[in-house]
Amino acid sequence: MLLIECPWCGGRDETEFGYGGQAHLSYPDDPHELSDERWAEYLFMRDNPRGPFAERWVHSAGCRRWFNVLRDTATNEITASYPIDAREPVAR
Amino acid sequence: MSHDPRALPEQPSWLWRNPEPKRSYDVVIVGAGGHGLATAYYLARNHGITNVAVLERGWLAGGNMARNTTIIRSNYLLDESAALYDHALRLWETWPEELDYDFLFSQRGVLNLAHTMQDVRDSKRRAFSNQLNGVDAEWLTPDEVAKICPILNVSSEVRYPVLGATFQPRAGIAKHDHVAWALARKADAMGIDLIQGCEVTGFVTAPAGAGGTGTDGDRVVGVHTNRGTINAGRIGLAAAGRTSTLTEQLGIRLPVQSHPLQALVSELLEPIHPTVVMSNHVHVYVSQAHKGELVLGAGIDSYNSYAQRGSVPVIERQMAAAIELFPMFARAQVLRTWGGIVDVSPDASPIIGPTPVGNLFVNCGWGTGGFKATPAAGWTFAHTLATGQPHALNEPYGLDRFATGALIDEHGAAAVAH
Ligand SMILES: Cc1cc2nc3c(=O)[nH]c(=O)nc-3n(C[C@H](O)[C@H](O)[C@H](O)COP(=O)(O)OP(=O)(O)OC[C@H]3O[C@@H](n4cnc5c(N)ncnc54)[C@H](O)[C@@H]3O)c2cc1C
Ligand SMILES: [Zn+2]
Repeated sequence: MLLIECPWCGGRDETEFGYGGQAHLSYPDDPHELSDERWAEYLFMRDNPRGPFAERWVHSAGCRRWFNVLRDTATNEITASYPIDAREPVAR
Repeated sequence: MSHDPRALPEQPSWLWRNPEPKRSYDVVIVGAGGHGLATAYYLARNHGITNVAVLERGWLAGGNMARNTTIIRSNYLLDESAALYDHALRLWETWPEELDYDFLFSQRGVLNLAHTMQDVRDSKRRAFSNQLNGVDAEWLTPDEVAKICPILNVSSEVRYPVLGATFQPRAGIAKHDHVAWALARKADAMGIDLIQGCEVTGFVTAPAGAGGTGTDGDRVVGVHTNRGTINAGRIGLAAAGRTSTLTEQLGIRLPVQSHPLQALVSELLEPIHPTVVMSNHVHVYVSQAHKGELVLGAGIDSYNSYAQRGSVPVIERQMAAAIELFPMFARAQVLRTWGGIVDVSPDASPIIGPTPVGNLFVNCGWGTGGFKATPAAGWTFAHTLATGQPHALNEPYGLDRFATGALIDEHGAAAVAH
Protein backbone atom coordinates (compact mmCIF):
# COMPACT_ATOMS: atom_id res chain seq x y z
CA MET A 1 0.00 0.00 0.00
CA LEU A 2 1.24 3.49 -0.77
CA LEU A 3 2.06 5.85 2.07
CA ILE A 4 1.01 9.26 0.77
CA GLU A 5 2.08 12.58 2.23
CA CYS A 6 -0.82 15.04 2.41
CA PRO A 7 0.71 18.57 2.44
CA TRP A 8 -1.70 19.50 5.28
CA CYS A 9 -2.15 16.28 7.30
CA GLY A 10 1.12 14.43 6.81
CA GLY A 11 1.71 10.82 5.79
CA ARG A 12 -1.39 8.61 5.66
CA ASP A 13 -2.40 5.25 4.16
CA GLU A 14 -3.43 5.16 0.52
CA THR A 15 -6.96 4.04 1.51
CA GLU A 16 -7.67 7.58 2.79
CA PHE A 17 -7.11 9.04 -0.67
CA GLY A 18 -8.75 9.19 -4.07
CA TYR A 19 -6.79 9.31 -7.31
CA GLY A 20 -7.13 12.07 -9.89
CA GLY A 21 -4.70 11.10 -12.65
CA GLN A 22 -2.27 13.44 -14.42
CA ALA A 23 -1.68 16.82 -12.72
CA HIS A 24 -1.16 20.30 -14.19
CA LEU A 25 -4.01 20.12 -16.70
CA SER A 26 -6.31 23.05 -17.13
CA TYR A 27 -9.63 23.54 -18.84
CA PRO A 28 -9.18 25.10 -22.29
CA ASP A 29 -9.57 28.89 -22.29
CA ASP A 30 -12.12 28.73 -25.06
CA PRO A 31 -13.36 25.19 -25.77
CA HIS A 32 -15.36 26.41 -28.79
CA GLU A 33 -12.09 27.35 -30.48
CA LEU A 34 -10.84 23.77 -30.39
CA SER A 35 -11.01 21.37 -33.32
CA ASP A 36 -12.48 17.91 -32.63
CA GLU A 37 -8.93 16.53 -32.50
CA ARG A 38 -7.78 19.14 -29.95
CA TRP A 39 -10.91 18.55 -27.88
CA ALA A 40 -10.26 14.79 -27.93
CA GLU A 41 -6.71 15.58 -26.85
CA TYR A 42 -8.00 17.54 -23.87
CA LEU A 43 -10.70 15.00 -22.92
CA PHE A 44 -8.97 11.67 -23.47
CA MET A 45 -5.22 11.90 -23.96
CA ARG A 46 -3.06 11.74 -20.85
CA ASP A 47 0.62 11.11 -20.33
CA ASN A 48 1.30 7.51 -19.32
CA PRO A 49 5.02 7.48 -18.54
CA ARG A 50 7.03 4.68 -17.02
CA GLY A 51 9.00 6.84 -14.59
CA PRO A 52 8.34 10.14 -12.78
CA PHE A 53 4.70 11.23 -13.02
CA ALA A 54 3.04 14.32 -11.54
CA GLU A 55 -0.44 13.28 -10.44
CA ARG A 56 -3.41 14.48 -8.42
CA TRP A 57 -4.68 12.94 -5.21
CA VAL A 58 -7.53 13.99 -2.90
CA HIS A 59 -7.48 13.35 0.83
CA SER A 60 -11.10 12.09 0.84
CA ALA A 61 -11.08 10.61 4.36
CA GLY A 62 -9.08 13.49 5.84
CA CYS A 63 -8.97 17.20 5.00
CA ARG A 64 -10.69 16.57 1.62
CA ARG A 65 -8.25 18.78 -0.21
CA TRP A 66 -6.69 18.10 -3.61
CA PHE A 67 -2.91 18.21 -3.99
CA ASN A 68 -0.20 16.90 -6.30
CA VAL A 69 2.32 14.13 -5.89
CA LEU A 70 5.41 13.25 -7.88
CA ARG A 71 5.65 9.45 -8.03
CA ASP A 72 7.77 7.09 -10.08
CA THR A 73 5.37 4.69 -11.82
CA ALA A 74 8.08 2.05 -12.23
CA THR A 75 8.94 1.84 -8.52
CA ASN A 76 6.01 3.64 -6.80
CA GLU A 77 8.55 5.84 -4.98
CA ILE A 78 7.04 9.22 -4.04
CA THR A 79 9.57 12.05 -4.19
CA ALA A 80 7.39 15.13 -3.67
CA SER A 81 3.98 16.20 -2.45
CA TYR A 82 2.88 19.80 -3.04
CA PRO A 83 -0.12 22.14 -3.18
CA ILE A 84 -2.22 22.13 -6.33
CA ASP A 85 -1.14 25.63 -7.41
CA ALA A 86 2.59 25.07 -6.88
CA ARG A 87 4.91 24.39 -9.79
CA GLU A 88 5.94 20.82 -10.56
CA PRO A 89 9.21 20.02 -8.77
CA VAL A 90 12.04 18.80 -10.96
CA ALA A 91 12.34 15.01 -10.74
CA ARG A 92 15.44 13.75 -9.00
CA MET B 1 15.79 -51.24 -21.15
CA SER B 2 16.08 -50.91 -17.40
CA HIS B 3 15.11 -47.55 -15.93
CA ASP B 4 17.51 -45.81 -13.57
CA PRO B 5 15.27 -44.27 -10.90
CA ARG B 6 17.81 -41.50 -10.28
CA ALA B 7 17.72 -40.37 -13.90
CA LEU B 8 15.94 -37.12 -14.64
CA PRO B 9 12.73 -37.49 -16.60
CA GLU B 10 13.23 -37.09 -20.31
CA GLN B 11 12.89 -33.50 -21.52
CA PRO B 12 9.61 -33.26 -23.42
CA SER B 13 10.13 -31.97 -26.93
CA TRP B 14 9.92 -28.20 -27.23
CA LEU B 15 6.75 -26.85 -28.79
CA TRP B 16 8.54 -24.20 -30.83
CA ARG B 17 12.05 -23.35 -32.09
CA ASN B 18 14.06 -20.50 -30.59
CA PRO B 19 15.41 -18.94 -33.77
CA GLU B 20 17.86 -16.06 -34.11
CA PRO B 21 16.11 -12.98 -35.49
CA LYS B 22 16.48 -12.46 -39.23
CA ARG B 23 17.39 -9.02 -40.59
CA SER B 24 14.00 -8.43 -42.12
CA TYR B 25 10.38 -9.61 -42.00
CA ASP B 26 7.18 -8.74 -43.83
CA VAL B 27 5.45 -8.25 -40.49
CA VAL B 28 6.92 -7.75 -37.03
CA ILE B 29 4.59 -8.18 -34.05
CA VAL B 30 5.71 -6.69 -30.73
CA GLY B 31 4.60 -8.82 -27.78
CA ALA B 32 4.17 -12.61 -27.52
CA GLY B 33 1.12 -12.58 -25.30
CA GLY B 34 -2.08 -14.26 -26.42
CA HIS B 35 -2.91 -11.44 -28.80
CA GLY B 36 0.49 -11.32 -30.51
CA LEU B 37 0.51 -15.11 -30.91
CA ALA B 38 -3.07 -15.27 -32.22
CA THR B 39 -2.25 -12.49 -34.67
CA ALA B 40 0.77 -14.42 -35.96
CA TYR B 41 -1.30 -17.58 -36.22
CA TYR B 42 -4.02 -15.91 -38.28
CA LEU B 43 -1.52 -14.02 -40.49
CA ALA B 44 -0.31 -17.45 -41.57
CA ARG B 45 -3.60 -19.33 -41.54
CA ASN B 46 -5.97 -16.71 -42.99
CA HIS B 47 -3.60 -14.62 -45.12
CA GLY B 48 -0.71 -16.91 -46.05
CA ILE B 49 1.81 -14.46 -44.58
CA THR B 50 4.54 -16.44 -42.81
CA ASN B 51 7.61 -14.18 -43.04
CA VAL B 52 6.65 -12.91 -39.61
CA ALA B 53 8.44 -12.45 -36.28
CA VAL B 54 6.87 -12.08 -32.87
CA LEU B 55 9.32 -10.21 -30.60
CA GLU B 56 8.99 -10.70 -26.86
CA ARG B 57 11.03 -8.81 -24.25
CA GLY B 58 10.58 -11.51 -21.60
CA TRP B 59 9.44 -15.06 -22.13
CA LEU B 60 6.55 -16.21 -24.25
CA ALA B 61 3.18 -15.37 -22.64
CA GLY B 62 4.72 -14.19 -19.37
CA GLY B 63 2.71 -10.94 -19.29
CA ASN B 64 -1.04 -10.62 -18.73
CA MET B 65 -1.54 -13.84 -20.65
CA ALA B 66 -0.02 -15.67 -17.67
CA ARG B 67 -1.74 -13.49 -15.08
CA ASN B 68 -5.39 -13.33 -16.06
CA THR B 69 -8.30 -15.15 -14.45
CA THR B 70 -9.35 -16.70 -17.78
CA ILE B 71 -13.01 -15.69 -17.84
CA ILE B 72 -14.45 -16.01 -21.32
CA ARG B 73 -17.87 -14.56 -22.15
CA SER B 74 -19.54 -12.46 -24.83
CA ASN B 75 -22.55 -10.95 -23.02
CA TYR B 76 -21.64 -7.34 -23.79
CA LEU B 77 -24.32 -4.66 -24.16
CA LEU B 78 -23.43 -2.83 -27.35
CA ASP B 79 -23.73 -4.16 -30.91
CA GLU B 80 -20.06 -3.55 -31.76
CA SER B 81 -18.94 -5.39 -28.63
CA ALA B 82 -21.34 -8.32 -28.97
CA ALA B 83 -20.15 -8.81 -32.56
CA LEU B 84 -16.46 -8.80 -31.60
CA TYR B 85 -16.63 -10.84 -28.39
CA ASP B 86 -19.09 -13.40 -29.75
CA HIS B 87 -16.88 -13.87 -32.81
CA ALA B 88 -14.15 -14.67 -30.30
CA LEU B 89 -16.37 -17.11 -28.40
CA ARG B 90 -17.32 -18.94 -31.60
CA LEU B 91 -13.62 -19.27 -32.42
CA TRP B 92 -12.87 -20.54 -28.88
CA GLU B 93 -15.42 -23.30 -29.57
CA THR B 94 -13.42 -24.45 -32.60
CA TRP B 95 -9.90 -23.92 -31.26
CA PRO B 96 -9.28 -27.08 -29.21
CA GLU B 97 -9.75 -29.17 -32.35
CA GLU B 98 -8.21 -26.70 -34.79
CA LEU B 99 -5.10 -26.15 -32.65
CA ASP B 100 -5.08 -29.82 -31.72
CA TYR B 101 -4.48 -29.05 -28.06
CA ASP B 102 -6.71 -29.69 -25.08
CA PHE B 103 -6.43 -26.45 -23.13
CA LEU B 104 -9.38 -27.32 -20.89
CA PHE B 105 -11.88 -24.90 -22.38
CA SER B 106 -14.87 -25.41 -20.11
CA GLN B 107 -18.19 -23.78 -21.01
CA ARG B 108 -19.57 -23.81 -17.48
CA GLY B 109 -21.53 -20.57 -17.87
CA VAL B 110 -21.29 -17.19 -16.17
CA LEU B 111 -23.71 -15.59 -13.71
CA ASN B 112 -23.60 -11.79 -13.52
CA LEU B 113 -25.37 -10.91 -10.29
CA ALA B 114 -27.73 -7.99 -9.70
CA HIS B 115 -27.98 -6.49 -6.20
CA THR B 116 -29.93 -3.25 -6.68
CA MET B 117 -32.99 -2.23 -8.67
CA GLN B 118 -30.73 -0.34 -11.07
CA ASP B 119 -28.60 -3.48 -11.46
CA VAL B 120 -31.77 -5.44 -12.26
CA ARG B 121 -32.86 -2.98 -14.94
CA ASP B 122 -29.36 -2.80 -16.48
CA SER B 123 -28.94 -6.58 -16.40
CA LYS B 124 -32.28 -7.26 -18.08
CA ARG B 125 -31.50 -4.64 -20.71
CA ARG B 126 -28.16 -6.34 -21.36
CA ALA B 127 -29.76 -9.79 -21.60
CA PHE B 128 -32.41 -8.52 -24.05
CA SER B 129 -29.73 -6.77 -26.09
CA ASN B 130 -27.70 -10.01 -26.13
CA GLN B 131 -30.73 -11.95 -27.36
CA LEU B 132 -31.26 -9.48 -30.20
CA ASN B 133 -27.61 -9.96 -31.15
CA GLY B 134 -27.87 -13.75 -31.11
CA VAL B 135 -25.80 -14.07 -27.92
CA ASP B 136 -27.12 -16.68 -25.48
CA ALA B 137 -28.24 -14.88 -22.32
CA GLU B 138 -31.18 -15.00 -20.00
CA TRP B 139 -32.45 -13.32 -16.86
CA LEU B 140 -32.77 -15.56 -13.79
CA THR B 141 -34.61 -15.09 -10.50
CA PRO B 142 -32.74 -15.76 -7.21
CA ASP B 143 -34.29 -19.27 -7.01
CA GLU B 144 -33.08 -20.06 -10.52
CA VAL B 145 -29.65 -18.65 -9.65
CA ALA B 146 -29.46 -20.95 -6.62
CA LYS B 147 -30.21 -23.97 -8.82
CA ILE B 148 -27.22 -23.18 -11.03
CA CYS B 149 -24.88 -22.28 -8.16
CA PRO B 150 -26.13 -23.87 -4.90
CA ILE B 151 -23.20 -22.57 -2.83
CA LEU B 152 -24.05 -18.94 -3.53
CA ASN B 153 -25.77 -17.10 -0.68
CA VAL B 154 -29.09 -15.87 -2.10
CA SER B 155 -30.57 -15.02 1.30
CA SER B 156 -32.48 -11.74 1.49
CA GLU B 157 -30.92 -11.08 4.90
CA VAL B 158 -27.56 -9.78 3.66
CA ARG B 159 -26.48 -6.20 3.00
CA TYR B 160 -26.69 -6.59 -0.79
CA PRO B 161 -29.05 -9.50 -1.49
CA VAL B 162 -28.92 -11.24 -4.86
CA LEU B 163 -31.99 -9.93 -6.71
CA GLY B 164 -31.32 -12.05 -9.78
CA ALA B 165 -28.66 -12.56 -12.41
CA THR B 166 -28.01 -12.86 -16.09
CA PHE B 167 -26.72 -16.24 -17.23
CA GLN B 168 -24.67 -16.98 -20.33
CA PRO B 169 -24.34 -20.78 -20.63
CA ARG B 170 -21.65 -20.68 -23.37
CA ALA B 171 -19.29 -18.62 -21.21
CA GLY B 172 -16.51 -20.31 -19.25
CA ILE B 173 -12.81 -20.61 -18.51
CA ALA B 174 -9.70 -22.12 -20.11
CA LYS B 175 -6.11 -22.83 -19.17
CA HIS B 176 -4.35 -19.69 -20.32
CA ASP B 177 -0.76 -20.98 -20.54
CA HIS B 178 -1.85 -23.91 -22.65
CA VAL B 179 -3.73 -21.60 -25.02
CA ALA B 180 -0.50 -19.66 -25.57
CA TRP B 181 1.53 -22.82 -26.11
CA ALA B 182 -1.06 -24.20 -28.54
CA LEU B 183 -0.89 -21.01 -30.61
CA ALA B 184 2.92 -20.86 -30.41
CA ARG B 185 3.29 -24.43 -31.64
CA LYS B 186 1.00 -23.83 -34.63
CA ALA B 187 2.54 -20.47 -35.55
CA ASP B 188 6.02 -21.94 -35.30
CA ALA B 189 5.06 -24.93 -37.43
CA MET B 190 3.87 -22.55 -40.15
CA GLY B 191 7.29 -20.91 -40.19
CA ILE B 192 6.79 -17.90 -37.93
CA ASP B 193 9.78 -16.88 -35.76
CA LEU B 194 8.92 -16.51 -32.06
CA ILE B 195 11.82 -14.59 -30.52
CA GLN B 196 12.02 -14.39 -26.75
CA GLY B 197 14.32 -12.09 -24.81
CA CYS B 198 14.05 -9.50 -27.59
CA GLU B 199 12.94 -6.08 -26.38
CA VAL B 200 11.86 -3.44 -28.84
CA THR B 201 13.51 -0.19 -27.74
CA GLY B 202 12.64 2.13 -30.63
CA PHE B 203 11.66 2.46 -34.27
CA VAL B 204 13.45 2.98 -37.56
CA THR B 205 11.59 5.63 -39.53
CA ALA B 206 11.94 6.28 -43.24
CA PRO B 207 13.32 9.52 -44.61
CA ALA B 208 11.18 11.36 -47.14
CA GLY B 209 10.98 9.25 -50.29
CA ALA B 210 12.47 10.06 -53.68
CA GLY B 211 10.62 12.67 -55.69
CA GLY B 212 9.45 14.39 -52.51
CA THR B 213 7.00 11.68 -51.44
CA GLY B 214 6.11 11.75 -47.79
CA THR B 215 7.90 13.60 -45.03
CA ASP B 216 10.72 12.55 -42.73
CA GLY B 217 9.59 10.03 -40.19
CA ASP B 218 6.02 9.67 -41.45
CA ARG B 219 6.34 5.89 -41.57
CA VAL B 220 8.21 3.12 -39.79
CA VAL B 221 10.37 0.57 -41.58
CA GLY B 222 11.87 -1.36 -38.67
CA VAL B 223 12.47 -1.70 -34.96
CA HIS B 224 15.52 -1.30 -32.76
CA THR B 225 15.93 -4.14 -30.27
CA ASN B 226 18.47 -5.34 -27.73
CA ARG B 227 19.37 -7.91 -30.40
CA GLY B 228 19.91 -5.49 -33.23
CA THR B 229 17.82 -3.70 -35.79
CA ILE B 230 15.10 -5.66 -37.56
CA ASN B 231 13.46 -4.33 -40.70
CA ALA B 232 9.74 -4.74 -41.16
CA GLY B 233 7.17 -4.07 -43.85
CA ARG B 234 4.49 -3.55 -41.25
CA ILE B 235 4.67 -3.41 -37.46
CA GLY B 236 1.88 -4.44 -35.11
CA LEU B 237 2.02 -3.53 -31.43
CA ALA B 238 0.42 -6.10 -29.11
CA ALA B 239 2.33 -4.99 -26.01
CA ALA B 240 -0.63 -4.50 -23.61
CA GLY B 241 0.31 -2.17 -20.69
CA ARG B 242 3.54 -1.02 -22.34
CA THR B 243 2.08 0.03 -25.70
CA SER B 244 2.09 3.76 -25.02
CA THR B 245 5.73 3.74 -23.89
CA LEU B 246 6.51 2.59 -27.46
CA THR B 247 4.22 4.95 -29.38
CA GLU B 248 5.31 7.99 -27.37
CA GLN B 249 8.74 7.64 -29.00
CA LEU B 250 7.04 8.51 -32.28
CA GLY B 251 5.02 11.33 -30.75
CA ILE B 252 1.78 9.32 -30.88
CA ARG B 253 -0.33 9.81 -27.77
CA LEU B 254 -2.75 7.00 -27.03
CA PRO B 255 -5.83 7.38 -24.82
CA VAL B 256 -4.71 4.60 -22.46
CA GLN B 257 -3.52 4.56 -18.87
CA SER B 258 -1.53 1.66 -17.41
CA HIS B 259 -2.80 0.32 -14.10
CA PRO B 260 -2.09 -2.70 -11.90
CA LEU B 261 -4.78 -5.38 -11.93
CA GLN B 262 -4.51 -7.99 -9.21
CA ALA B 263 -5.91 -11.47 -8.68
CA LEU B 264 -5.51 -14.30 -6.18
CA VAL B 265 -5.97 -18.03 -5.78
CA SER B 266 -6.81 -20.20 -2.79
CA GLU B 267 -5.23 -23.53 -2.00
CA LEU B 268 -6.61 -26.54 -3.89
CA LEU B 269 -10.12 -27.56 -2.85
CA GLU B 270 -12.53 -30.30 -3.89
CA PRO B 271 -14.67 -29.34 -6.90
CA ILE B 272 -17.47 -27.30 -5.36
CA HIS B 273 -18.09 -24.23 -7.53
CA PRO B 274 -19.86 -25.24 -10.76
CA THR B 275 -19.86 -21.99 -12.74
CA VAL B 276 -18.36 -18.48 -12.89
CA VAL B 277 -19.93 -15.83 -10.64
CA MET B 278 -19.35 -12.13 -11.17
CA SER B 279 -20.75 -9.25 -9.16
CA ASN B 280 -20.33 -5.68 -10.25
CA HIS B 281 -21.90 -4.24 -7.15
CA VAL B 282 -20.06 -5.98 -4.34
CA HIS B 283 -17.22 -6.18 -6.86
CA VAL B 284 -15.61 -9.57 -7.10
CA TYR B 285 -15.66 -12.51 -9.44
CA VAL B 286 -15.02 -16.11 -8.49
CA SER B 287 -14.49 -19.35 -10.36
CA GLN B 288 -12.78 -22.63 -9.54
CA ALA B 289 -9.95 -23.77 -11.77
CA HIS B 290 -9.61 -27.36 -12.91
CA LYS B 291 -6.93 -28.19 -10.37
CA GLY B 292 -9.21 -26.97 -7.58
CA GLU B 293 -8.04 -23.50 -6.61
CA LEU B 294 -10.60 -20.73 -6.25
CA VAL B 295 -9.69 -17.88 -8.59
CA LEU B 296 -10.72 -14.38 -7.50
CA GLY B 297 -10.36 -10.98 -9.06
CA ALA B 298 -11.94 -7.53 -9.10
CA GLY B 299 -11.04 -4.07 -10.39
CA ILE B 300 -7.84 -2.16 -11.07
CA ASP B 301 -5.74 -0.33 -8.50
CA SER B 302 -6.65 3.33 -8.90
CA TYR B 303 -3.21 4.72 -9.72
CA ASN B 304 -1.03 4.41 -12.83
CA SER B 305 1.81 1.96 -12.44
CA TYR B 306 4.19 -0.32 -14.31
CA ALA B 307 5.33 -2.13 -11.16
CA GLN B 308 3.34 -5.35 -11.78
CA ARG B 309 2.06 -5.34 -8.22
CA GLY B 310 -0.75 -3.57 -6.41
CA SER B 311 -1.94 -2.60 -2.96
CA VAL B 312 -3.16 -5.08 -0.32
CA PRO B 313 -6.46 -3.30 0.51
CA VAL B 314 -7.67 -4.06 -3.02
CA ILE B 315 -7.18 -7.77 -2.30
CA GLU B 316 -8.83 -7.45 1.12
CA ARG B 317 -11.91 -5.81 -0.40
CA GLN B 318 -12.44 -8.51 -3.00
CA MET B 319 -12.03 -11.26 -0.40
CA ALA B 320 -14.64 -9.57 1.83
CA ALA B 321 -17.01 -9.45 -1.14
CA ALA B 322 -16.37 -13.10 -1.98
CA ILE B 323 -17.14 -14.20 1.57
CA GLU B 324 -20.38 -12.25 1.54
CA LEU B 325 -21.43 -14.16 -1.57
CA PHE B 326 -19.91 -17.53 -0.57
CA PRO B 327 -19.87 -17.80 3.25
CA MET B 328 -18.39 -21.31 2.96
CA PHE B 329 -15.16 -19.86 1.53
CA ALA B 330 -14.43 -17.97 4.77
CA ARG B 331 -11.87 -20.51 5.92
CA ALA B 332 -10.10 -21.05 2.60
CA GLN B 333 -6.44 -19.98 2.61
CA VAL B 334 -4.97 -17.58 0.12
CA LEU B 335 -2.18 -19.33 -1.74
CA ARG B 336 -0.86 -16.37 -3.70
CA THR B 337 -1.73 -12.98 -5.13
CA TRP B 338 -0.18 -11.25 -8.14
CA GLY B 339 -0.64 -8.34 -10.48
CA GLY B 340 -0.39 -7.51 -14.16
CA ILE B 341 -0.28 -4.14 -15.92
CA VAL B 342 -3.34 -3.43 -18.02
CA ASP B 343 -3.88 -0.58 -20.48
CA VAL B 344 -7.26 1.00 -19.75
CA SER B 345 -9.05 3.09 -22.38
CA PRO B 346 -11.63 5.83 -21.70
CA ASP B 347 -14.60 3.79 -23.00
CA ALA B 348 -13.40 0.38 -21.72
CA SER B 349 -13.15 -0.84 -25.31
CA PRO B 350 -9.99 -1.78 -27.22
CA ILE B 351 -8.20 0.17 -29.93
CA ILE B 352 -7.42 -1.95 -33.00
CA GLY B 353 -6.26 -0.22 -36.15
CA PRO B 354 -3.83 2.09 -37.92
CA THR B 355 -1.92 4.96 -36.29
CA PRO B 356 -0.96 8.37 -37.72
CA VAL B 357 2.44 6.84 -38.60
CA GLY B 358 2.52 4.72 -41.77
CA ASN B 359 3.05 0.93 -41.43
CA LEU B 360 2.42 1.08 -37.68
CA PHE B 361 -0.70 -0.54 -36.21
CA VAL B 362 -1.92 -0.98 -32.65
CA ASN B 363 -3.94 -3.57 -30.79
CA CYS B 364 -4.24 -2.13 -27.30
CA GLY B 365 -6.60 -0.72 -24.69
CA TRP B 366 -8.00 -4.17 -23.83
CA GLY B 367 -7.60 -3.25 -20.19
CA THR B 368 -9.02 -5.80 -17.82
CA GLY B 369 -10.83 -7.98 -20.35
CA GLY B 370 -8.76 -9.05 -23.33
CA PHE B 371 -8.15 -12.73 -22.62
CA LYS B 372 -11.66 -13.72 -23.71
CA ALA B 373 -11.11 -11.80 -26.93
CA THR B 374 -7.80 -13.45 -27.84
CA PRO B 375 -9.12 -15.21 -30.97
CA ALA B 376 -10.94 -12.11 -32.25
CA ALA B 377 -8.03 -9.80 -31.48
CA GLY B 378 -5.82 -12.11 -33.52
CA TRP B 379 -8.37 -12.45 -36.33
CA THR B 380 -8.98 -8.72 -36.75
CA PHE B 381 -5.42 -7.55 -36.11
CA ALA B 382 -4.05 -10.07 -38.62
CA HIS B 383 -6.55 -8.81 -41.19
CA THR B 384 -5.58 -5.20 -40.45
CA LEU B 385 -1.85 -5.96 -40.76
CA ALA B 386 -2.29 -8.09 -43.90
CA THR B 387 -4.48 -5.66 -45.82
CA GLY B 388 -3.68 -2.32 -44.19
CA GLN B 389 -7.42 -1.92 -43.60
CA PRO B 390 -9.57 -2.83 -40.60
CA HIS B 391 -11.84 -5.87 -40.74
CA ALA B 392 -15.55 -5.07 -40.43
CA LEU B 393 -15.40 -6.28 -36.80
CA ASN B 394 -12.69 -3.80 -35.75
CA GLU B 395 -13.70 -0.91 -38.02
CA PRO B 396 -15.55 0.81 -35.12
CA TYR B 397 -12.52 0.33 -32.84
CA GLY B 398 -10.14 2.83 -34.48
CA LEU B 399 -8.24 5.62 -32.72
CA ASP B 400 -10.36 8.13 -34.65
CA ARG B 401 -13.40 7.39 -32.48
CA PHE B 402 -12.04 9.63 -29.73
CA ALA B 403 -12.22 12.64 -32.06
CA THR B 404 -15.50 11.72 -33.78
CA GLY B 405 -17.15 10.91 -30.46
CA ALA B 406 -18.32 7.46 -31.65
CA LEU B 407 -17.18 5.82 -28.41
CA ILE B 408 -18.07 2.22 -27.61
CA ASP B 409 -18.94 2.88 -24.01
CA GLU B 410 -19.02 -0.46 -22.24
CA HIS B 411 -18.27 0.99 -18.78
CA GLY B 412 -20.45 -0.60 -16.18
CA ALA B 413 -22.81 -1.74 -18.88
CA ALA B 414 -21.11 -5.10 -19.24
CA ALA B 415 -20.95 -6.50 -15.73
CA VAL B 416 -17.57 -6.47 -14.00
CA ALA B 417 -15.14 -5.50 -16.70
CA HIS B 418 -13.41 -8.85 -17.28
C1 LIG C 1 -5.02 -10.12 -12.91
C2 LIG C 1 -5.65 -10.09 -14.28
C3 LIG C 1 -6.86 -10.74 -14.49
C4 LIG C 1 -7.46 -10.72 -15.74
N1 LIG C 1 -8.60 -11.45 -15.94
C5 LIG C 1 -9.16 -11.51 -17.17
C6 LIG C 1 -10.28 -12.36 -17.39
O1 LIG C 1 -10.77 -13.05 -16.50
N2 LIG C 1 -10.84 -12.38 -18.65
C7 LIG C 1 -10.33 -11.62 -19.66
O2 LIG C 1 -10.89 -11.66 -20.75
N3 LIG C 1 -9.23 -10.84 -19.49
C8 LIG C 1 -8.63 -10.76 -18.27
N4 LIG C 1 -7.51 -9.98 -18.07
C9 LIG C 1 -7.01 -9.15 -19.18
C10 LIG C 1 -6.13 -9.92 -20.15
O3 LIG C 1 -5.14 -10.63 -19.43
C11 LIG C 1 -5.45 -8.96 -21.14
O4 LIG C 1 -6.40 -8.09 -21.72
C12 LIG C 1 -4.77 -9.72 -22.28
O5 LIG C 1 -3.95 -10.74 -21.76
C13 LIG C 1 -3.92 -8.75 -23.12
O6 LIG C 1 -3.40 -9.35 -24.29
P1 LIG C 1 -2.05 -10.19 -24.33
O7 LIG C 1 -2.36 -11.56 -23.86
O8 LIG C 1 -1.49 -10.11 -25.67
O9 LIG C 1 -1.15 -9.38 -23.27
P2 LIG C 1 0.25 -9.78 -22.61
O10 LIG C 1 0.29 -11.22 -22.27
O11 LIG C 1 0.50 -8.80 -21.52
O12 LIG C 1 1.24 -9.55 -23.83
C14 LIG C 1 1.99 -8.38 -24.08
C15 LIG C 1 3.43 -8.81 -24.26
O13 LIG C 1 4.19 -7.75 -24.81
C16 LIG C 1 5.49 -7.83 -24.27
N5 LIG C 1 6.15 -6.53 -24.47
C17 LIG C 1 5.82 -5.34 -23.92
N6 LIG C 1 6.67 -4.38 -24.33
C18 LIG C 1 7.55 -4.97 -25.17
C19 LIG C 1 8.68 -4.50 -25.93
N7 LIG C 1 9.05 -3.21 -25.89
N8 LIG C 1 9.37 -5.39 -26.69
C20 LIG C 1 9.01 -6.71 -26.74
N9 LIG C 1 7.95 -7.20 -26.04
C21 LIG C 1 7.23 -6.35 -25.28
C22 LIG C 1 5.23 -8.18 -22.82
O14 LIG C 1 6.39 -8.70 -22.20
C23 LIG C 1 4.10 -9.17 -22.92
O15 LIG C 1 4.53 -10.51 -22.96
C24 LIG C 1 -6.87 -9.99 -16.82
C25 LIG C 1 -5.65 -9.33 -16.61
C26 LIG C 1 -5.02 -9.40 -15.35
C27 LIG C 1 -3.72 -8.69 -15.15
ZN1 LIG D 1 -5.14 15.99 4.31
